[in-house]
Amino acid sequence: MNLYLKYLLILFKSQMQYRTSFWLLSIGQFFIPFSVFAGLYFLFERFGQIKGWDFFEVALCFAVIHMAFSLSECFARGFDTFSSLIVKGDFDRVLVRPRSTFLQVLGSKFEFTRIGRLLQSAIVLIWALNNLPIEWSFMKAATLFFMITSGVLIFTGIYMLAATMCFWTVQGLEVANIFTDGGREMAQYPLNIYQKWVARFFTYIIPFGTVNYLPLLFILGKTTGNQLLYMLTPIAGSLFILPCFLVWQFGVRHYRSTGS
Amino acid sequence: MIKLEGISKSFKVPKRSNGLLQATKSLFYREHTIVEALNEISFAINPGEIVGYIGPNGAGKSTTIKIMSGILVPDGGTCSIMGFTPWKDRVEYVKNIGVVFGQRSQLWWDVPVIDSFELLKDIYKIPPQDYKTTLDLLIETLELKDIINAPVRQLSLGQRMRCEIAASLLHNPNILFLDEPTIGLDAVSKIAVRQFIKTINQEKGVTVVLTTHDMNDIEALANRVILIGKGSLLYDGKIEELRKRFGTHKTITADYRKNTNSFDIPGTTIIHWSPEHTVLSIDTEQTLTSDVITQLSKKVDLVDVTIESQPIEDIIVQLYKEFQI
Repeated sequence: MNLYLKYLLILFKSQMQYRTSFWLLSIGQFFIPFSVFAGLYFLFERFGQIKGWDFFEVALCFAVIHMAFSLSECFARGFDTFSSLIVKGDFDRVLVRPRSTFLQVLGSKFEFTRIGRLLQSAIVLIWALNNLPIEWSFMKAATLFFMITSGVLIFTGIYMLAATMCFWTVQGLEVANIFTDGGREMAQYPLNIYQKWVARFFTYIIPFGTVNYLPLLFILGKTTGNQLLYMLTPIAGSLFILPCFLVWQFGVRHYRSTGS
Repeated sequence: MIKLEGISKSFKVPKRSNGLLQATKSLFYREHTIVEALNEISFAINPGEIVGYIGPNGAGKSTTIKIMSGILVPDGGTCSIMGFTPWKDRVEYVKNIGVVFGQRSQLWWDVPVIDSFELLKDIYKIPPQDYKTTLDLLIETLELKDIINAPVRQLSLGQRMRCEIAASLLHNPNILFLDEPTIGLDAVSKIAVRQFIKTINQEKGVTVVLTTHDMNDIEALANRVILIGKGSLLYDGKIEELRKRFGTHKTITADYRKNTNSFDIPGTTIIHWSPEHTVLSIDTEQTLTSDVITQLSKKVDLVDVTIESQPIEDIIVQLYKEFQI
C-alpha cells in the first residue's frame, strides 16, 4: 500500500509537468457525464418517472456508478491501458522487480484527469441525497460507501480481464468497453427497468446490480424481506475481482512461457 | 554462480503472409511455425567474471538473458543462479540481480532522476543507510551529480544510460545483466560506461553478463566470450584463444621508395599495390611474418612497415560465415 502511494506520487509529479493539458482534460471529463446527466434530467422532466422510480432516486443511482467508474479509471488505469505496457515491452521490467505484478501494473499509470468526472458525479450525489427523504442510519451510510468501493473493484476486475487478454492478442481489446462503458450506461438506471435477462446478466455475471440497484432498494426503504441481505450485496459484488485476479495470474504465466 | 544446462526454448511464430488475399485469410486462420530460439544451451559462469555474450541478431541472446533474469520460462533444461531457479521464486530471486535493457528505459520519464531512484529504493525495500552509501558511490563514479536533478526526458542518451546503470545497481545486486548497454552511445559515453562496468566488477565483485554488437566492448571488458548462433552454443572461451583459432590472418602494410617492378612473395596475398605502397595479407599458420619482411626488404627499399592483427570484428564476421549463421 505504501509503495502504491509512492507510485501515485511520482506519477502525480509527472502529470503536473503538463498542467494545461491536465486542466483541459479534467474540464472535459467534467462535461462528458454532465451531458449524459442533462439527458437524464430532461427525460424525467417529460415523463415524471420510470417504473416507479423518480428523478432523484435515479440520480443517486447515476452518481454511484459514475463515481465508481471515475475512481477506477483514475486508480486502476494501469490495467486499462495495459496493452501499451506489453507493446513497448515494459512488462519485462515489471517481471525483474521484486514486487507483485498486480501492484506494479496498478502503479504503472494513473489518470488524474478523472477528477473532473468524479467532481461532477459527487455534485449529483449530494444534490440527490439532499432531495431524497431518506432516514439515515450508520448502516445506510456504510452501505453507500460500500456501493462505491465495490463498484470500483468490479470495474477494476473488468480491466484486469481485458488486460489479461493482451497476453494473447498484444493489442488492447475494445471488446472490454462493452462491459465497462456499456455496464456503466446500463447501471446508471435501476436495473428493474430492463428486460429480465439484462438485469440477470448485470447481477450474476458482472455484478453491477449489486453495487447500486439492490443496495439502493435498501437505502430508499423499498425492500421486501431480509434487509441485511440487500445491505450485503455490495460486498458480494466486490468478490467479482477474485476470479479476475486468478485469471490475471494465469495470463502472466502464459506470457512467461511464450514471451509473445 | 550461474549454471545453465540444456536450456531450450522455442517460440510459435505466425507465418507472415503476403498479398491481400493471404492477409485476409490470416485474419481467420493463421499458420504457425515453431522457431527454435535456444537449443540445448549449457554454460557456467563463476563469481566475479565478466562474460561477453555475442551472436548475430536473432541468435537468441535476449532470450537467454530473459531466461536468466526470470522473465521467461524455458521449455527444457535447468538453470541455477545463486541457488535459485530464476523462473521460480521470481520475487526472491530478482532482488539479487540488476538488469539493463539498452533499448528501454526503466526510469520515470517526466520526473528528476533522483525521484526514480527514490521509488526504486521503495520497490527493492533498500534500507536507508545502504541506499545512501550506494547512491553516493554511484553519483561519484558515474559522475551523476549534475544530471541527477534533471528530468529524464532532458538527458542525452549517454547521460541516460549512466543513470540506467546506476538504477539497476541501487540494490547492490550480485549479478548484472546488460543487454546492449552501449547501443547508440557516442565514443566518450561508451568509454565511460565500459570503465564503470570494469570498476564495479573489480571493486564490488559483481558478475557481469553483457550482450553487445560492439566488439570493442567485448575487447575492453570481457576476458571470456560466449558465442551463439541460431540458438546453439558455438564458442565458449577466452578472447585470445578465439583470436588464435580464427584470427590467424595478419596484414602487412609496407611503404618503400619508388619501385615500378611488381613483385610476388610466396605465401602472401596482395590486397593493394602501388609503386610506393603495398598491403599484403598473410596466414601466420603457413607463413612466418619475419620471412615475409626479409623477402620484402630484399626486393624494395623499405621506408616503413606496420603489421596488424585482424580486428576482432573481422574475426567475428568470419566466424559467422564459417558457422553459416
